[in-house]
Amino acid sequence: MCLAVPMKLVEVNDANRGVSELNGTRYDVDLSLVPDAAVGDYLIVHAGFAIETLDAAEADERLKLFDGMAAVWAEQDASK
Amino acid sequence: MKYIDGFRQGDAGKFLGKRIRENAAKLAAAHPPIFIMEVCGSHTMAISRFGIRDVLPDNVRLLSGPGCPVCVTDAGYIDAALTLAKRDVIIATFGDMVRVPGSSDSLADARSDGADVRVCYSPAQAVDIAAENPDREVVFMAIGFETTIAPVITLIPSAMARQLENLSLLTAFKLVPPALSALIADPEVKVDAFICPAHVSAIIGSNAYLPYVEQHGVPCVVCGFEPLDILFGIDNVVSQFLKGERLLVNQYNRVVKPDGNRAALALFEKYLIPVDAGWRGIGVIPQSGLGIKDEFEKFDAAMRFSVSTAGGAPDPGCMCGEVLKGKILPADCPMFGDACTPQHPVGPCMVSSEGSCAAHYKYER
Ligand code: SF4
Repeated sequence: MCLAVPMKLVEVNDANRGVSELNGTRYDVDLSLVPDAAVGDYLIVHAGFAIETLDAAEADERLKLFDGMAAVWAEQDASK
Repeated sequence: MKYIDGFRQGDAGKFLGKRIRENAAKLAAAHPPIFIMEVCGSHTMAISRFGIRDVLPDNVRLLSGPGCPVCVTDAGYIDAALTLAKRDVIIATFGDMVRVPGSSDSLADARSDGADVRVCYSPAQAVDIAAENPDREVVFMAIGFETTIAPVITLIPSAMARQLENLSLLTAFKLVPPALSALIADPEVKVDAFICPAHVSAIIGSNAYLPYVEQHGVPCVVCGFEPLDILFGIDNVVSQFLKGERLLVNQYNRVVKPDGNRAALALFEKYLIPVDAGWRGIGVIPQSGLGIKDEFEKFDAAMRFSVSTAGGAPDPGCMCGEVLKGKILPADCPMFGDACTPQHPVGPCMVSSEGSCAAHYKYER
């Protein structure tokens, strides 16, 4: 039941309704559980409801760490 | 999209796999194998799908816990829904529930006998169904852990706002933290560390696990659902054991806050109250569920229609309970893959895509 991937919020209609987008597909999303969400945020959506917003700074920092691990591995591989 | 692909890079996975194996090798002399339990069906599915077990050494073992809300729903709950369906009530439900066997039949069976069973992707659809059918009763099958409870419970204020008098919830809500306590207390269950669920934690907050770490010395690592998140979490558990640490670590801080989602928790507070709850295959765990408060009783389908959701008589041969506690792997069940398949599920663990038996059947058989 969990859609594990974040989707970008592209439209906020009235108080609780919005539209999110993933790979070009648009999904209606209920925003009542994320009152502070704004267009451009990435949302975690479960059963049609956004349950949390993604903290992009934290996500980017973790990605940097994983990118670094990947680079180390690729280098070791190349030097073999 | 970088927030998906970036967390699935193969080379970073290999790096982490190697580091886990190196640290585990150092640990092997001093420590018996470490059993790490993931208590979330989406983790179970991701672990199977991305072949996480294949990169782990022998002394780091993953167990699946009772983390699929469909799988822990009592047969008696399905029986209650069937009783309502026979009274001409419209049953609105998540799709996963339709094929779960009750004591004898499933909702799919009832539907082929003419019952009005409607599958909802979002619980909000139940409000529309109720509005479109003012002369009929509509009951939503309100199951799920904290992640699902939050959306489902919005049905009450929505129904009130639209002045609907014909919508109610048949609740079997479950809470994750009390289940962790029950698992820790069970002498037959061997758990050294928990991989805590990603999106349940988004609701309740990572601090909800502090007691397990502080009182029981069981490390808890909150992980996202991507393969690198899971490997990084396992890597953290192994390194904690190597250093002799027992910590709560929130690896999924891009989504999970220490205190959780305040808007969702405020809804819990307003409409719900802790109750003892039956877990299929496990039994009653005190205060492990949430029921509707007395003041909102008219939204409680069990009260409104005087039906009981307790117990029931599931197939005695099904070993879901043992699977859910991590005591056996699905393939150890004699019915796995023979009498019990996703096409003909005997137990709920084979029905939901998040169920351990279904995940093993699909990816690891
Ligand atoms: S294989 Fe089927 S019968 Fe066996 S435990 Fe799993 S769901 Fe139950």
